[in-house]
Amino acid sequence: MKSEVRSFILDNFLFTTDQGAIKDSESLIERGIIDSTGVLEVVSFVEEKYGVEVLDEEMIPENLDSVDSIVAFVTKKQG
Amino acid sequence: MCGIAGIVSIGSGASKPSLKSLEAMVGAISHRGPDEFGVYRDNRAGLAHARLSIVDVKAGQQPLTNHDKRLWLVFNGEIYNHVELKAELTLLGYSFRTQSDTEVLINAYSEWGDGAFQRFNGQWAVALWDPVKECLLLSRDPHGIAPLYYYESNSNLYFASEVKSIFAADENIPRELDPVGLDQTFTFWSIVPPQSVFKGIKELPPGAIRVYHQGAVSEYKCLDYQFPRSREEEFSGSVEEAGTELLRLLAAATKLRLQRSDVPVGCYLSGGLDSSIVAALAHQVSSESFSTFSLCFEDDEYDESSFQKQMVKHIGSRHSELLVKRSDIANAFRQVIEHTERPILRTAPVPLFMLSKLVQDQGIKTVLTGEGADEFIAGYDIFREAKVRRFWAKNPDSEWRHLLLDRLYPYLKRSPVAQRSMAKRFFGRNLADFRKPGFSHFPRWLSTSSIKRLYSVQYREQLAGVDVVADYTNALPSAFSEWKELNQDQYIEITTLLAGYLLSSQGDRMLMAHSVEGRFPFLDMNVVHFVNSLPPSYKLHVLNEKFLLKKIGHGLIPRGILQRKKQPYRAPDALAFIGHESIGWLNELLAPEMIAAAGVFDPRAVTALWGKCQKQAAKNQFSNIDNMSLTGVISTQQLFKSFVQNTPTLRRSENINFSTMIDVVNA
Repeated sequence: MKSEVRSFILDNFLFTTDQGAIKDSESLIERGIIDSTGVLEVVSFVEEKYGVEVLDEEMIPENLDSVDSIVAFVTKKQG
Repeated sequence: MCGIAGIVSIGSGASKPSLKSLEAMVGAISHRGPDEFGVYRDNRAGLAHARLSIVDVKAGQQPLTNHDKRLWLVFNGEIYNHVELKAELTLLGYSFRTQSDTEVLINAYSEWGDGAFQRFNGQWAVALWDPVKECLLLSRDPHGIAPLYYYESNSNLYFASEVKSIFAADENIPRELDPVGLDQTFTFWSIVPPQSVFKGIKELPPGAIRVYHQGAVSEYKCLDYQFPRSREEEFSGSVEEAGTELLRLLAAATKLRLQRSDVPVGCYLSGGLDSSIVAALAHQVSSESFSTFSLCFEDDEYDESSFQKQMVKHIGSRHSELLVKRSDIANAFRQVIEHTERPILRTAPVPLFMLSKLVQDQGIKTVLTGEGADEFIAGYDIFREAKVRRFWAKNPDSEWRHLLLDRLYPYLKRSPVAQRSMAKRFFGRNLADFRKPGFSHFPRWLSTSSIKRLYSVQYREQLAGVDVVADYTNALPSAFSEWKELNQDQYIEITTLLAGYLLSSQGDRMLMAHSVEGRFPFLDMNVVHFVNSLPPSYKLHVLNEKFLLKKIGHGLIPRGILQRKKQPYRAPDALAFIGHESIGWLNELLAPEMIAAAGVFDPRAVTALWGKCQKQAAKNQFSNIDNMSLTGVISTQQLFKSFVQNTPTLRRSENINFSTMIDVVNA
């Protein structure tokens, strides 16, 4: 799952295939990679790809702001 | 306003300036001055002028000389206090043959030298040539309302109101995009003068005087903004007293700009506070009704017509409005870039390009407009955000002020905890930098810089050691750190966004594309001097923006407009380019070969961005950064195509007939 999520971020926000462009633990908001609409794009991806529903109160940085966080969040929702 | 151009030999062995070149230069900017053309030429210098006749229509021709023919002048702009200066100069013994402000300018310089520029209340780009001393002086107003570019070859100095004019002078002048200029534009929305987006082409900084004399060049900043460094330097009156004084100064500034013209003056109406105040003040001093002009959009998100109509009713103006559709924006875009002469991150200039055409069609040559209020009286969100962020940086455990959050994450309205938490992360970036100059602008510069994720490998390499933010902040005035924080933030906004984007790409360039001059009461010398001296709380009162201006608005403009939530002027961006029939020219510009030819961006990254934008258009969900990136890429590609691969299509040198021709070249 981690490589899928990383690929999504690289492809959809950085338009690159260079795996070294981001670190898995890096804050996407702090690096300026995603803005507030970008968060919605992450939510759409997560919902469509992994079939989970993201509630409003779950849209917090802890769940969505890095590759690692997204993986942890989705894993928890699925499990 | 007008267009100016010239060639001065600065190297040894330079030949006399070519009349053909001067013709081509002025032909390239005839949109700035379609009424009359003039040229002066001697063995060393050629000065050319394209006139938009506004003051002393009959006799104010240029180039103009002074009483003893020792000085020659070409000038683009208006000196609104020319009547008062003329009275002073007449007392000092000067006589005048015309009613023009041009003649006042040259005589003022004769009398006061460089000090003359500090007495001018207006807007200008000036070239003064002394044929005996062989000395050329270039000057620009302190706000940068009037443009001025120059290029130094080994033998010649070329100057002009627009870059296309310099390119038209000689096909050997290199035309190439400059990575540093682009990197600045992709950070600040503007270059930082003297840097331009073209290699070798320089922009004279606002407020600067540059002199060429006997092989030497000197330049200094003659006029710069002052802010109080201590309580003693601040305005000491009450808010009420400040309001009274501001109203008086604004009314005087509006009156000057409305009345000092020999042709009718119109007024732009956005529906917002600033232009409404200008229109209301103009109405108060005007014996007859004047024309107003507004933009309407089919998208509700951008449209402000109900407020515009309120204002029209209030002042009884002759009103014209232009409905702008998304496809109109795409259709006009290429021409717009030929006028902005630099990339843009938003399509907002395009409707203004269309609006000035409407003004021209109605036979109006000059309009009052409300630019400057947001910068000088603190109307923008960026000032409120900076205040909140600084407070939070100093008090990290404090209750979060959530006033700004709903605008950032509106879709989280129902989950305030999530909303607060996301906004904290977004606003909290670089919070430790709260003492650094530029702190207020870091979030915007960071967002804008997202376009750099699309840079080509060559561009990344060329820009590897470049830090445009550090260069800019290191060059801030020495008094900067002594100013109050709001004033610091304002100075940055004024010198980057206002001068380099709003007054240029969105302002002068769009107005002049259709031979219309803009007049800016909020940029009046006395208004600016006064508001800069105000205590910050008179401008940003807690988080209440443009506080003093809203106060004086009471009774002056309809309550509905006064109470509006601030809506910055915006036009549909990426959505303008997508959705209707596939646009051939756009696909061509974004094709891999074309991206590679320009060399700025990576072809695969652009293809990915373009694909994503088309997908997101279907959901009507564009991120701010993708909007800016797409507009930035398209405009850069068009800039490359128009200026580097080709030459702009605007030239009409075949039809230039100099009605004023002073040729004193020795055969």
